[in-house]
Parts: sequence; structure tokens; C-alpha cells
Amino acid sequence: MIWDIVIKLVIAGAVFFFVLNLAGAHTWLERKQSAVMQDRIGANRATLFGQRLLGIPHSIADAVKMFTKEDFIPANADPFLHTLAPFLSVFFAMVAFAGIPFGDHLMLGGRMIELQVAKVDVALLYIFAMLSLGVYGVILAGYASRSNYALLGAMRASAQMISYEIALGAGIAGIVMIYGTLDLQEMVRAQGGLAWGFLPKWGIFLQPVAFFIFLTAALAETKRTPFDLPEGESEIIGYFVEYSGMKFGMFFLTDFVETILVACLATTLFFGGWQIPGLSVAGFNFFGHLIAVNPVIYALLGVMSFTLKVLIFCWLFMAIRWTLPRFRYDQLMRLGWQYLFPIAIANVVITGLILALVK
Amino acid sequence: MAIRKRELTFWEKLYLPQIFSGLKLTMKHFFVNLFIHMAHRLGLMKNSSAAVTIQYPEERRWLAPRLRTRHRLMLREEGTPRCVGCMMCETICPAKCITIVAGEHPDPNVEKYPTRFDIDLGKCVYCGYCVEACPEDAIRMDTQILDIAAYSRDAMKLDMHELLNPTLRKPLKECELKFPHKCAIHDGKITGSWDAVYGKGPKKSNQFESETPSH
Ligand code: SF4
Ligand code: SF4
Repeated sequence: MIWDIVIKLVIAGAVFFFVLNLAGAHTWLERKQSAVMQDRIGANRATLFGQRLLGIPHSIADAVKMFTKEDFIPANADPFLHTLAPFLSVFFAMVAFAGIPFGDHLMLGGRMIELQVAKVDVALLYIFAMLSLGVYGVILAGYASRSNYALLGAMRASAQMISYEIALGAGIAGIVMIYGTLDLQEMVRAQGGLAWGFLPKWGIFLQPVAFFIFLTAALAETKRTPFDLPEGESEIIGYFVEYSGMKFGMFFLTDFVETILVACLATTLFFGGWQIPGLSVAGFNFFGHLIAVNPVIYALLGVMSFTLKVLIFCWLFMAIRWTLPRFRYDQLMRLGWQYLFPIAIANVVITGLILALVK
Repeated sequence: MAIRKRELTFWEKLYLPQIFSGLKLTMKHFFVNLFIHMAHRLGLMKNSSAAVTIQYPEERRWLAPRLRTRHRLMLREEGTPRCVGCMMCETICPAKCITIVAGEHPDPNVEKYPTRFDIDLGKCVYCGYCVEACPEDAIRMDTQILDIAAYSRDAMKLDMHELLNPTLRKPLKECELKFPHKCAIHDGKITGSWDAVYGKGPKKSNQFESETPSH
């Protein structure tokens, strides 16, 4: 019993450690990747022990700056709610990771360890619920600031998040129909093996339309360019305009954590999670030859494969963020309601028809 | 005038192909630049550059020779200013940032010389009129020094030490000028002597005739 708790705590700690560090690394990635894409060098002047280290010290300098800046609460704002909002935001983004399976179960000392923080059989619903609750942090931030601009930003943000959640949910319905479960671990298991002997049975190949709907809607959920109307860092002013110091930093962190969450979800739902094509518990299937693999190594390979896929997605989201300009608000709403939603519904209907015909 | 909007084609309306073509472009830059960056780390491909960035304090752009930059005062052969204290530059300066105090020069062929010559770069508008006005070509703005920013207003004021030697900038340690001048380093007291410039003894007018070209 005590071991079960310890193991869960270790896994939860490892996941949080990984996510928070990756979110921190995103500030570096954001600077450097955009710089390389735009023929620039990027921030490289901060030094650590006289070393520039490719600009990595800038992330540390950023954190130090955030912590030491004045934490300002506007005179008319509600201090409690104003402080609560960023914590809510980052909390809901972080707890959603509990549902993500990042590896097959690991057999260690006769004990089966599920490589997932919480084994919930409605993990998908749970994660979407947490994503939706994130909007409370946003609207609270705008409301508690007692600033018209912040409130307008919060309205924009919640309108956008709620609109895209519908497309997101409808888009995902197709994949849920195919795998017939809401348990993400089961879903990943179902994506093992090959279809017609060469194609991995990943969600992207079975539900390509759902993938694009999911990607678009999920990017809108993370509130980053091209969907960064709620924030509009440079000109239209977002819901966190009255925040400074680490509270602002937490909103910033939430964005990155949500990006990672979306990357994890995309990996889990559409790119086989921890599956490696050809690898199963029995061993590595190399053109008909079976090469046996130690079960522990097998589990670790799975975790590595998952991490790698997540990193690739993070990189891709960053590339998209620095490629596309921002949508106009009417374009944003039209895209969500008039394009994504009907396409998602059509996808559900067609998937249902095909399933009915095949079975 | 009516603004004509171009109708989007079907493929453009679909967003996705356009997004992919945009990504294709940025990815191309990303991978090409990344490759060159890594080659640079290994000491290869030094000729191709991965960025258009000029790393400012270490690298500088080429500046046109006629660009008006920090002022300098020209020197005579023996190390005294060529300026004759005519006040033309002070008079024409639209920003009124030049302060000259003229003194008697021992050479009868030279009208005067500045015992004090200050330019307040905090006020200067870099119009170059002072250079144009000078009858003696004694002041020029060709040092190509652009980083004139300082931490205080006082440090923005150049005195004669800094004007005669553009490598200097406040705080100055010691006075290098030999001729008599109101020395900012010594609280504006007159320091230096003509003896240090021309040697001891009374100055005779024929002593200078051989040195200064006759007009
Ligand atoms: S450049 Fe113009 S403003 Fe500056 S000192 Fe010369 S005359 Fe005055
Ligand atoms: S115009 Fe030339 S010679 Fe006359 S005071 Fe100015 S610098 Fe000296």
C-alpha cells in the first residue's frame, strides 16, 4: 500500500518536473527557433560563468527577473481574486497531465507500474474538463483586475475558448468512435501493430480529418499565435494587462504548459502515444524476425518514443506560431463555427457510416 | 476611390494549403540556417552567414566617410589646436552647444587660440554647420564615433582634451595638453605653458616665421 503511494508520488513528481522544465525550455526555444527561422541570432548576451551557452542563461535570467519584479495589484482590484486567477490558470493546466499515459506498464519487482499518473478510465474527458476549467483563470483575471481592457480581453478569450472547445470535442468524437474507449491508455494500446503490414495503426492514418480539426482547435485553446487574440501582447491588450512579476509569469507559463499538453494529446490520440512501429511486448519485429527486448527496456523505449514525439510537436507548434499572422476576430469565429464545427460533425457522421458498414 | 478586394481562390479559402506553403518557407529558412549554424560551430562554412545580424559592439557596419560623427579639433605640427578662436562655429551653431574662450597666441601670425573649447553633445544636433563655418579647417566631424551616450549630462560635454584626442572620453585621468588652457581636470585653472611647447626663452616673432607657412 505504502509502496503504491510512493510510486504514484514519484511518477507524479517526474511528470511535473519534466513538464515544468520543458515549459521553461520553451522560452529558450521560442527565442532561438524564431531567430533561426527569421535569419537572426536571438538573445545570446546573458552569460553563466562567462559562457553564453547558446542563450540558455536568458531563460534563467527571465525567471530571476519575474521573481524579483514588483508584484502590482491595481487599487480597485480584488486582491484575493486577482491573486487566485493565475494560480487557477496554471493549476488546471498542470493537473490535466495526470491523465496522459507516457508509457506502457513497467514490471518492477513483481509489481505492475502503470506509467500514467492517474489511471482514470475517462482520461480523455478528464483532460478536456481541465482544459475547459482553465477558462476560469482567464475570465477571473480579467474580472478581478477591474480594468475595462482586461475584461474585454477576458471576454474575447472565453468566447474563443468556448467556441473552439465545441469543435475540439466534436473533432475528437471520431477518434473515440474508432477506438471505442475514453481511456487514453487503452487508446494507445489499440494503436499498436501495423495495418496492411506497413502502416502503423495510428490515429492520424485512421482519422486524418479529425487530426487537423484537433490541431487547429487545440492551438486555439492554447491562445498562441495565430489565435492569440485574447492576449494580443503587442497591441490589443489581453486579460493579463494588470499583472506583473511572477503572476504574469504564471500566465505565460500556462501558455507553454498548455502547448505541451496539446502536444501530449496530439501524440496520444493521433501518433500512437508511446508506441514504436514494430515494437511490442514480445520484442522488435524486424521484417518477420523477432528480436527479443527486455521488458524494462521496452517500457523505457516507449517513454522515450513518447517524449520524442511530444518534443517534435512542441517544435511544430512553435514553427506554426512564428509562421502565421494573427486571425481577425470575425475570421476566428467564422473558422471555428462555420468551418471546423460542420467539418467535425461531417467527420463523425462519415466515421459512423463506415464503422456500421465494416462491422 | 473604391478599394478592390481580390477574391480568394478556392484553395486559398481552404487555409490549409496556404498554411503549408507558409510553413514550407519558414522551415526552409530554419533548416538551412540551423545547418549553417552547426557548420560554424565545427569551424566550417565560414563564408556563408546564417543570420543577417550584426553583433554590434564587436562587429560594426560600414559608415560613409561623409557621415557626421563625433567632433574633433585638428592639431598643428607642434601639438597645439589649429583653431584660431574666431568664434564662427560658436556663432553659427543652431543648438548653441559650443563654448569657446579665446586666448592670446604668442605667434603674431596666429590670431588667437582657444583656452577652452567645449561642445555639449547632449545638445548638438549634428548639423555640421560648425565644420562648414570654420575658416581654418580646425574642426571636423569625421571620427566615425557614434556611441557617444553617457551616464550623466556632464559626461556628454566634451572638453578640449577629448576634442583634441578622440580616443579619450570622460572620466579623464591626466592632462596631456602642454599649451596654457583652462583645464577641466584641474578645476578650470589655467595649466600648461608655451615654454613646454616651443622651449624656454622669450618668444621672438621670427622664431615662428620659419615654422608657420606664410599666407
Ligand atoms: S554639429 Fe551643429 S549643433 Fe553640433 S556643434 Fe556643430 S554647429 Fe553645433
Ligand atoms: S570656426 Fe574654427 S577656427 Fe573659428 S573658433 Fe570655431 S573651430 Fe576655431
